[in-house]
Amino acid sequence: MQGVTKRHYVIISKGDVFVLKPSENEKEIIIEHVAEILGGWRADRENLIPILQDVQDRLGYLPGVAMEKIATAMDIPAVDVFGLATFYNQFRLNPPGDHQFKVCMGTACYMVGGNIAMDSFKRRLSIGEGDTTPDRKFSLERVVCVGCCSIAPVVVVDDMIEGKVTPTRVDGILLAFEDKHQKKDDNKGNQGQEGV
Amino acid sequence: MSKTITLTIDDRKVTAPEGEKLLWVALENDIYIPNLCAIKEEGRPSASCRLCFVHVEGLPAPVTSCTQAVREGMVVKTRTPQVDRLVRTAFELLLSDHRLKCSTCPQNRSCELQKIARARGLKLKLKRFKSLGKEYPLYESPGLFTFDRSRCVLCGRCVWVDHEVAKVGAIGFARRGLKRMVTTFGNIDLDASSCTECGLCVKACPVGALNFTGEQSSEKDG
Ligand code: SF4
Ligand code: SF4
Ligand code: FES
Repeated sequence: MQGVTKRHYVIISKGDVFVLKPSENEKEIIIEHVAEILGGWRADRENLIPILQDVQDRLGYLPGVAMEKIATAMDIPAVDVFGLATFYNQFRLNPPGDHQFKVCMGTACYMVGGNIAMDSFKRRLSIGEGDTTPDRKFSLERVVCVGCCSIAPVVVVDDMIEGKVTPTRVDGILLAFEDKHQKKDDNKGNQGQEGV
Repeated sequence: MSKTITLTIDDRKVTAPEGEKLLWVALENDIYIPNLCAIKEEGRPSASCRLCFVHVEGLPAPVTSCTQAVREGMVVKTRTPQVDRLVRTAFELLLSDHRLKCSTCPQNRSCELQKIARARGLKLKLKRFKSLGKEYPLYESPGLFTFDRSRCVLCGRCVWVDHEVAKVGAIGFARRGLKRMVTTFGNIDLDASSCTECGLCVKACPVGALNFTGEQSSEKDG
């Protein structure tokens, strides 16, 4: 070991940090939903997973305030709810973006550069795995095998499969969306004017 | 009332209350068995460090002594080739996810890993496994302690005292597998969490992950 320069890497996976704070308005809605869901369950630790699943079904993710509410109802530390939510891949802690990129990291995709595709998305969007961009337009996730290994590396863009995704293709995918959003925003502007 | 039973550990007859966990019986009789994750008061041991293996006569494979209840006439060996091998592998795996640099570690000389190494003739060096080389940013609390995750062995002692003794609930485990770590709600810094800086977790840490700074820095020993 001596004499070998070790490559240390810092682990800051941002997926389980609450990057996006819900607005006061959103918070109220979240708390209402959570209260309603909690009403249907005995506030017992053994029901924690199904409760979290219900909340995620309803809200699309597990907001921090929701976890805190649940913890209070169960009389357990919030960090225990957090621990469970970060243990299972099925839970997400940040709201899904309008468009979701799921980069496949199954064996076949990984071997031919799934991680390169992932890195390209990370760099271009300036977010980490499991994160959502501040404007909530895009979110990034890893998945494990979507079943079309022959066109690896695969990225699922919303519900569309993209095969053989190179960094250039990542740029292309993002560019297409930026175009679309631009048009939509333009349209919105026009409609607004017409409405007045 | 539990009755007192007699068992044999390494050819020595010892008495203990029936049902007591073997690890504590051995330790109380000055028979050392490596352990990191065991907490005596804990009802259900997590048995996660896999260091406390022993051989119990009549059982097909070594068992973890922190989960094994003692009974009358039990015959235990703390060292057999099979036991030693399991302990060595568990130890090496722990070290592969540990920033091994005892000379710069605040816990040098009062570290539980060093104690295990000494007791079992194991090296504090990696040979078979590669180091994962994980580096986490060092956390420094305002004036009281530091938390170096790169040296955490995930024994859970700090989480237990935080929950059960201090009754604060500021820290817990998050994530899974190699990414598992002790953290706060939302991975925020401890000083922004509900941590009261009582220092109990620092005292509970068997290795150089949680350390007092400044005046209290010698308080952890012993
Ligand atoms: S925690 Fe123990 S084994 Fe690890 S570097 Fe510090 S003294 Fe050495
Ligand atoms: S910080 Fe120390 S006490 Fe806490 S889990 Fe890590 S090694 Fe154990
Ligand atoms: S002390 Fe028994 S498994 Fe850790």
